[in-house]
Formats: sequence, C-alpha cells, structure tokens
Amino acid sequence: MRQIETAAITRAVKEAAIAANYDLGKDLLAALQRGEQEEESPSGREIFRQLLENASIADTERVPLCQDCGLAVIFVELGQEVQIVGGDFEQAIQEGVRQGYGEGYLRKSLCHPLTRANTGDNTPAVIHTEIVPGDRLKITVVPKGGGSENMSRVFMLKPAEGRAGVIEKVVTAVKEAGPNPCPPIIVGVGIGGTFERAALLAKKALLREVGSPNPDPELAALEQEMLQQVNDLGIGPQGLGGRITAMAVHVLMQPSHIASLPVAVNIQCHASRHKEAVL
Amino acid sequence: MSKTVKLTPPLTDKDVEVLEIGDRVLVSGVIYTARDAAHKRLVDLLAAGKELPVDFKGQILYYVGPSPARPGRVIGAAGPTTSYRMDSYTPTMLQLGLKAMIGKGKRSPEVIAAMQQYKAVYLGATGGAGALISQCIKKAQVVAFPELGPEAVHRLEVENLPAIVINDCKGRDLYELGVKEYRRTADTNIEPTVCR
Repeated sequence: MRQIETAAITRAVKEAAIAANYDLGKDLLAALQRGEQEEESPSGREIFRQLLENASIADTERVPLCQDCGLAVIFVELGQEVQIVGGDFEQAIQEGVRQGYGEGYLRKSLCHPLTRANTGDNTPAVIHTEIVPGDRLKITVVPKGGGSENMSRVFMLKPAEGRAGVIEKVVTAVKEAGPNPCPPIIVGVGIGGTFERAALLAKKALLREVGSPNPDPELAALEQEMLQQVNDLGIGPQGLGGRITAMAVHVLMQPSHIASLPVAVNIQCHASRHKEAVL
Repeated sequence: MSKTVKLTPPLTDKDVEVLEIGDRVLVSGVIYTARDAAHKRLVDLLAAGKELPVDFKGQILYYVGPSPARPGRVIGAAGPTTSYRMDSYTPTMLQLGLKAMIGKGKRSPEVIAAMQQYKAVYLGATGGAGALISQCIKKAQVVAFPELGPEAVHRLEVENLPAIVINDCKGRDLYELGVKEYRRTADTNIEPTVCR
C-alpha cells in the first residue's frame, strides 16, 4: 500500500482551486481564439475579444476570471492501492476548499438553500469519489458557476424517442437557456444510466479537453450533429446573435434500464474551469 | 444604426429615451449593486413602510456579487449575474424611479412592460468578464446589508463600464432581434428568417 497524507490532499485541493479560478486552460484559450476568428457576428467577435482580454487580466493582475468562483465540485479517482493517513479523507478535501477560497480571495458562494445564510467558506464541496486500479490519487477541482448550472436539465425520455429525441432535448435545453448561462458555452451531455448517473455523466463530460474528439466514433458523430443544431439556434456569444453558441458538445454514455432513456444536459459557461492534481 | 452613449447617473427620462437596443453605453459615476438577496431585503423594507438605505431615483443598479478584494485593491472580479432572478422585484424598483439595470440574460415580459411604463433600460454587460470589468471600478463601499457578504449593496464608482442596451424603453429586446438574424432553424414560436 502506498500512503498519502491528508495534509498533501488539502494542499493539492487548495492549489487547484486557486489555479482553476485564475488561469484559463490552454484548450479554452485556443477555443476562444478560434471563436474570435470564426464568429461572423461583429458583436460576437467583440465578446470573444473581451473574454481573451479578461483571461489575460486575470492572469497578470491576479483577479479571478469570474466573480462567481463556483461551487467546488471535486472528482476523485482513488487508486485501490492507496492508503490515506493522517486524518479524514473528505475533511481533508473540504479543508483544501476552505483554504483555497480564503487565501485565494475567491468568492464564497454557498448558502443554506432555504434561509440563504452563507456558509462563509465555500464548503461543503460536492465530492465524487471513484475507486480505480493503481496507487495514485487524482483530484480534479471543478469550480461550477451558478448561472450555467441553473440552466441544466435532466430528461427521462421514452425509449421510443431514441437518438433524435436525445438531440432534440439537448437543443431544447440550450435554446431555453438562451443568453442566461454566458454563451459561448460547453454542453455536457450524459445519456443512459439512471436519473442521477446521467447528470453525473453530463458533468464529467465537461472535463474533456475542448476541441478534442470523442474517442468513440458513434459519440463523436452525435456530438457533431448536436453542435451543429445548437449553433443553428443563432444565440451566439452572450446571446446577442451569432454563429457560435457552443464551442463544444461533449457526450458520455452508458447502458440504461430497458424502460428508460435518461438524458442530462449540464451547461457550462465559457469559463470552463477545472484543474487536476495527481498525488 | 447603433451608437455609443456615455451615461452618468442620475438619469432622466430624456437620457433613457435616446437609448435604443444595440447601442453601446459607457457608464461612469456612482452606481449601486444588488443581487436577489438584497432585492428581497429592499422590497421587505418597503412593505414594512421603512426607509430604504439608498434613494434609487434616477440611479443605475448593477446585478453583481463581487469576489473579495486583495489587500490594496478596490475590488475583486465583478461581472454581471443572471438578471431573471431579480425579475419579481424589478417592477417595484422601477416604480421607485430606478432608470437602468446592468446584468446579463433575459428579462420577463412583466419587467419589459414595466421598463416601458416607467421609462427605464436594461443593459447587458459581458457575463464572465469579471476581471476585465473590475478594471473599470475605481471605488467600492458597502452601503447596506453587510451581513449578506458578496450580496451586500455596494456603492461603486465606475469609469467607462462597457455595456450594451438589451431592452430599451420602447419594449424592444436585442436578444430576440439579434438571434433572429443568425437563426438557421424553423421555429413555431418565432417566424423563420432567411439565412445570411
């Protein structure tokens, strides 16, 4: 068994939370640059230009990319040959979020759902842990903004609705969201599993590098078709009208019950932030 | 043809009437912030017959919950939040004389009608450009509900904060018209348009 100290986990989460909020990924930067070149609408091109400038200011002036520093969603892949020592694993992650959002001057955006009282330190994070082969611990911090999360949907389709029904729901979700989730967006789609698994797949799909093809040719074709139809909506950057409503559609799929066809659409704003740490 | 207009509150009916959808505006001077939690407090104060901490007559309200300022800095990131969450409170605010709102995303038909009735405009700032917009903010001070943290009402002094007129006081909506121009799909709700 390889031992990993909880203190190292806290440190990794803290650093990833800060880095994710200040430094836009290279894939996203490339996608924004492509957008600035390819967008036909003048106001759309101006939005891409502003977003590139925003990323540059965030980097040089150390201002978060967006004031909504997100609810910290944490994906953990825990190698089965790893033993966590020195304390409680989940508490170590929460402590990392607490320190990252505090020391990183990030906005604390969590509250009691009913009284709306702020929890004060952006905890609790939402943690998804998977046990995998090996002796490594991979932690991905995904600060998820509220505006785009609010526009996300889960649909329980009839199996007869099939592939066309799935595409239609994805397009519907994006259309109804319109300008609200800060387009140009990334669309995460989860197909299959159960009600909650479809939603988790949709969120996980957002982690794939923007611009990289889906390794499954069937899903790659589906993504292309969805992207085309989403962009035909004409919503464009910030909803002002344009060709690029979404920079990418990412799909993850797994078998579902013979009675079901769950489809989840997790909408991600252009500030698609995630940072990975491997211990 | 869209134009660029400099706006400095307090605004009059005249200032608002010249603004048309698609116009670029550069906001300077003092503006106030409020998100949904602050709106609820304000509307509750009114309902209780109490005085508001700010006189909104002629003012501009920016829907933003900034991130904390680093030491020595004015403010953190400060881009707009989604405006529809304020919709149920907005007609009341417009009745008080509020002249403009800065946010992002669609407004309800009731808000658009109230903007016509009370002569006000809705301006869109670029969502997710929080670092960029923070550069336009020269002073920031909490003036009400400090216990709300990022949702407190701030008084901001801004210089050339860029925005675009989304809804003018004639009931028009840039989100509808701008998208129409680029839509390539037939739609039962909205007339299909010719592809460019």
